Amino acid sequence: MSSIGTGYDLSASHFSPDGRVFQVEYAQKAVENSGTAIGIRGKDGVVMGVEKLVTSKLYEQGANKRLFNIDRHIGGAVAGLLADARTLVERAKEESSNYRFSYGSPIPLKHLTDRVSGYVHAYTLHSAVRPFGTSMIVASYDADGPEMFLIEPSGVSWGYYGCAIGKAKQQAKTEIEKLKMKDMSMKDLVKEVAKIIYMVHDEVKDKSFELEMSWVGEATDGKHQLVPKDVHVAAEKYAKESLEESDDSDEEEL
Amino acid sequence: MATMAMTNMFASDQLAAVGGLRPGEVTTGTTIMAVEFDGGVIIGADSRTTTGAYIANRVTDKLTKVTEHIYCCRSGSAADTQAIADIVKYHLDFNRMEMGEEPRVHTAANVFKEMCYDHRDSLSAGIIVAGWDKRGGGQVFSVPIGGMLQRGPFAIGGSGSTYLYGYVDAMFKPDMKQEDCLKFVSNAVALAISRDGSSGGIIRMAAITKNGVERFTLTGDQLPKFYEDN
Repeated sequence: MSSIGTGYDLSASHFSPDGRVFQVEYAQKAVENSGTAIGIRGKDGVVMGVEKLVTSKLYEQGANKRLFNIDRHIGGAVAGLLADARTLVERAKEESSNYRFSYGSPIPLKHLTDRVSGYVHAYTLHSAVRPFGTSMIVASYDADGPEMFLIEPSGVSWGYYGCAIGKAKQQAKTEIEKLKMKDMSMKDLVKEVAKIIYMVHDEVKDKSFELEMSWVGEATDGKHQLVPKDVHVAAEKYAKESLEESDDSDEEEL
Repeated sequence: MATMAMTNMFASDQLAAVGGLRPGEVTTGTTIMAVEFDGGVIIGADSRTTTGAYIANRVTDKLTKVTEHIYCCRSGSAADTQAIADIVKYHLDFNRMEMGEEPRVHTAANVFKEMCYDHRDSLSAGIIVAGWDKRGGGQVFSVPIGGMLQRGPFAIGGSGSTYLYGYVDAMFKPDMKQEDCLKFVSNAVALAISRDGSSGGIIRMAAITKNGVERFTLTGDQLPKFYEDN
C-alpha cells in the first residue's frame, strides 16, 4: 500500500497530496474484512440478510448479532467492527427516540440517515478520533412505502433498491442485480436473500457461519423484526436446494 | 396582564384548583373553535382581549399562523400564547428546513403540546391547532390547559365554549361543505358571544384547504342573530 510510511495516513485530519484521507480508506478496509451483509428493497418491504462468520465453536448460538432494531419501524444490518457498529446503532436509536419525543411520530428514514451519517462524518474530521470501521444498511417501512439506505465510514449515504457490504459485496451485488426486486414481495425476497448469502459464502476461507435475516414491511405490519423461524428455515432450505441444483448442472456441463 | 377576554372570580377560582394559580390572578376568556370539513378545516374565534374589565382590544386576531397550512386558535394569557406560537413557529420552520417538506399538523400539535406540558405550572394557555397537510388532509387538535393533546373532528375552547357543548354536539356533521361549515362555526361563536361576557367583538374565521388559507370577518352588524338578540 502506497500510503504506508508516507506519514499521511496517521490521522483522519490530514489529506494526502493527491487528496485522499487514508484513515477513512482503512476504515473501509475494516468493513471489507467482515462477513457479507445485504439488503433488498421490494414492492412491499425490505429484507436484510447477514453472513455472520462464527470464529469459534465455543460461542453460543445467536451470539454477536449483526441485525438490530433501531426503532419499531427501522432495522439495521452492519458489517465491519462490531463494537463500532453497536455504538452507531446506539446513536441511531437515540436519534429515533428524540425525534419521536419532539414530534410525536416515527422518524422518517431519510432523516435518520442524514443524522447518523452526519455523526459518522464528524469522525473523519478530527485527529483525536478514528473513523467508524462500520458500514450500516438501514431499512424502514411507513405510509410512503419501503426505504433503504447505506451509511459508509466516510459519512456518505445513498438510497438503494439493493445493496451489499462486506467480504463478498461485489459478488452479492452481481446476484442482486439479476433480480426484478421492484416487483417482488418481501416473502419472495427472503428466499433470494438466503440464497445469495449461501452463494457468496466462502467455505474454504471461512468455515462456519450463521445466516441472520430480518425484514420490515407490509407482512410485518410495518415493524422491523427477525424473520420468523418457519420462514427462515424454509428460505434456508430453498437456498441450499437451489445451490445444489446449480452445482449438479455445472457438473453435467463438464 | 392582558388576557383574551375577561377576568372573573369564577374562572380564576376554578383555575386555582386546577392550575395552582394565585387567587385573583387574571385568567382565560375567549371563544375559539375549529372544525374539520370535506377538504380542510374551518377555524373561528371572537375578537375580545381584556385587562380586567377593560377591553384592551376589540378586534383581536386570535387565529395565528404557524405555517402556510397550519394555524392555532389562542385562548388564555395573550402574552403566553403569543410567545408559545412564536416558539412553535420557530421549531416548525426549523423542521421544514431539516425535513425538506411542509410540517404535518400532527407534528405542529405535538410541539405545542410539548411546550404547554413542560411549562404547565407557569403557563395559562388553551390552544387549538388546526390545518391541512397532504398526508392527513384537514385535522384538528386540542391542547387545553395542562398540556394534554387530543385529536377530534372538531374542537371548542375558551370560556365561551362552555355554552357551546350541547350546540356543537347536536349540530356537527362529518364532511360538511365549506359553506355549511362556515355557517356552523359563525353560529356557534355568535351564540357563545351572546352568553359569555368574556367573549365579544367580531367573528374571525379562516378556511384552510390544500389551496391555502381564505380569511373571513363578520363585523358586529353581520353577526348571526338569535331570538334573544331581537
